[in-house]
Amino acid sequence: MPSSLIWFIPLLPFAGFLINGMLGRKLPRALVSAVALLFTALPAGIVAWLWMIMRADGAPDAIRVVSYPWIEISGFAVNFAFTVDHLTLIMLAVVTGVGFLIHIYSVGYMAEEEGYWRFFAYLNLFMFFMSVLVLADSFLLLFVGWEGVGLASYLLIGFYFKKASAANAGKKAFVVNRIGDFGFLLAMFLLVLHFGSLNFTQIFASIGQHPEWQGARFITGIALLLVVGAAGKSAQIPLYVWLPDAMEGPTPVSALIHAATMVTAGVYMVARCHTLFDRSPTALMVVACIGAATAIFAASIGMVQHDIKRVLAYSTISQLGYMFLACGVGAYAAGIFHLLTHAFFKALLFLAAGSVIHALSGEQDMRKMGGLRTRTPITFWTMSAGVFAIAGIPPFAGFFSKDEILYQAFASPNPIGKLLWLIGLVAAGMTSFYMFRLWFKTFFGQPRFEQLASMDQHGAVVHARSTTTLTMEAERDDDQAAHSHGVHESPWIMLVPLVALAVLSVIGGWVGVPAAMGGHNEIEHFLDPVFAANSATQAGTTAVNHGMELGLAAVSVLVALTGFYFAYIFYYKRPGTAAALAERAKPAYSLLEHKYWVDEFYTNFLVIPLLMMTRGFLETIFERGVVNGSGRAAGMATRGFAWAARRQMSGNIRSYAGWLAIGAAAVLAVMIFGRSLWAYL
Amino acid sequence: MVPTAYYLVLAAMLFSIGIGAFLIKRNVITIFISIELMLNAVNLTFVAFAHMWHQVNGQIFVFFVMVVAAAEAAVGLAIIISIFRTRRTLNVDEIDLMKS
Repeated sequence: MPSSLIWFIPLLPFAGFLINGMLGRKLPRALVSAVALLFTALPAGIVAWLWMIMRADGAPDAIRVVSYPWIEISGFAVNFAFTVDHLTLIMLAVVTGVGFLIHIYSVGYMAEEEGYWRFFAYLNLFMFFMSVLVLADSFLLLFVGWEGVGLASYLLIGFYFKKASAANAGKKAFVVNRIGDFGFLLAMFLLVLHFGSLNFTQIFASIGQHPEWQGARFITGIALLLVVGAAGKSAQIPLYVWLPDAMEGPTPVSALIHAATMVTAGVYMVARCHTLFDRSPTALMVVACIGAATAIFAASIGMVQHDIKRVLAYSTISQLGYMFLACGVGAYAAGIFHLLTHAFFKALLFLAAGSVIHALSGEQDMRKMGGLRTRTPITFWTMSAGVFAIAGIPPFAGFFSKDEILYQAFASPNPIGKLLWLIGLVAAGMTSFYMFRLWFKTFFGQPRFEQLASMDQHGAVVHARSTTTLTMEAERDDDQAAHSHGVHESPWIMLVPLVALAVLSVIGGWVGVPAAMGGHNEIEHFLDPVFAANSATQAGTTAVNHGMELGLAAVSVLVALTGFYFAYIFYYKRPGTAAALAERAKPAYSLLEHKYWVDEFYTNFLVIPLLMMTRGFLETIFERGVVNGSGRAAGMATRGFAWAARRQMSGNIRSYAGWLAIGAAAVLAVMIFGRSLWAYL
Repeated sequence: MVPTAYYLVLAAMLFSIGIGAFLIKRNVITIFISIELMLNAVNLTFVAFAHMWHQVNGQIFVFFVMVVAAAEAAVGLAIIISIFRTRRTLNVDEIDLMKS
């Protein structure tokens, strides 16, 4: 049965993880990279093969493979089972394809790092869990992958675990994700309670049979709890705070986990459960509002950050907001389309940023870059493709997907659809602005890093003037020596994935050219089997209006160009303008630069009270009082009893004999008088 | 014919004397003798009952007790000699090495 090959999609990376994880320390680096690359390339091949099968005429809507029962308790059963449908296929293509490219890139990027084998072992582990996540055909198995990618993310964020900020960032990511996972768990409990199953097919079929559940309270409850989970994993308000800090990890990790794949798991999950969400207008409204709010909120922060990876991190949060917005207005296909293009261009942007950082020996502050266009030409051109794609300039990938989302928001029957569209549009303008700001600051103008190069060698100046609590610390002392031989283009092994992703960023959007622009929107038709029920209703409510769609597209292109224009004026034409403006609007600028003080808010109102409660109450009263106290009391009781017992063991024979005699007398007394005494009583 | 109860009273008296001596006396040999006294008190009851019921079982038990007592006397005396050699005393109050 060839479909059993599906098992190998997750199992091969897992084998790679085992090999590298257990033996990697002793293996030469070439072998470690060969193992890591081979065990990610093969699943990509299997996915390509699956793609051919599913594209063929008369292909089934989904391929299911069941291995064996996992849990069976009186009517409740969960199997180890995978399903490949069109949605899974797109996710798999992203995970294995982009994942493989990033693996190639990592071979070059991590070449001189300590713990090379550890890095690839974790990366393969991530690939394993991520494929389990998208292949799972039940909530429980999805949750296994969900937790697993969280673990891999934690391990990789804290890859430089000797650096306190990296270790803390890993912890933060894990704890914040745990909040989301708690919501997910509660949702699963409710699902078991109401459906007696966790299997996607069964639950969705059961929902389909009950039209009267439209807007039912328990459906809304489940959907909202799932949104909590998705918001944690996909870094949405209010649980987005971990993602910017997650940039402490090596750049390929940021590209793979915190841009292209793991953070989109929440979007995937919402799309996967679209049957559930369609039944709850409230939950959809919440998703849309969270998405729109996150999109504009994160974009506004991204406009003033100085760390190149941090800008990209906020950009990721903002783009994930778009995907949520799409799901919230019921345009799941558009959300997945944006997920796909975003995976291409954001992975590209991160990798290119990594290449820039590599070229500048670990410098991440954009104020110390500039003029890199001529020195790193390939990085420049590939990054330009990514910047144009995310800014929404046609015909790059991001334009089609973002425009589709905005159009769907505008055209949706949602009562505040127009408002959502406007927010999305403003966020798109901001996106264009901050991306071109990054572009101009990094690649144009005068180089601002020469004077730094000498400073850097005298010690860490990078975080000495950092204003935020958790700023990137770009210093990597161990490889400083190896890298400090001037600004240089990256090796070819890092450039090949860049070029591949750049090509995808340019043409990736063409799979979703809307009918209004003479395309067929193939991706939406491709996803039809998954979202069929939904698009049927959609088609009925929204009349196809090509004129309006084109008009909206023109507006968003205009907005993107406006963003470009401002960035051009501020950071290329008249570089002083931005600083002057920032000075003039000091409070607003400061608010943005400090990220709305959300981190500080969380620290003061959640973390510190929690710590006070744990240290003040749990540690002193509960831990020392109850837990330690009961232990001590047990010890004291035993010791007291032992003391009394020890008094008997005097070593004096006559006292033993006395006890013996008393005992014998007692037995005799009981034997003689006991019965009559008993009867008397 | 002497009633059985007389024998039993005598045996009880002998046994009590044995216990009293066992608890009061400090000399190991005296304690040893008091144990013998208790054993023989029990033997007396066995014989008395055997006579009363005209059965031989009790007398056989007496032989058993005598054999065991003889063996015990041999071992016990050996232990006493050994203790005396090492401790130079037969006072049980001073032989309390086993106390915890």
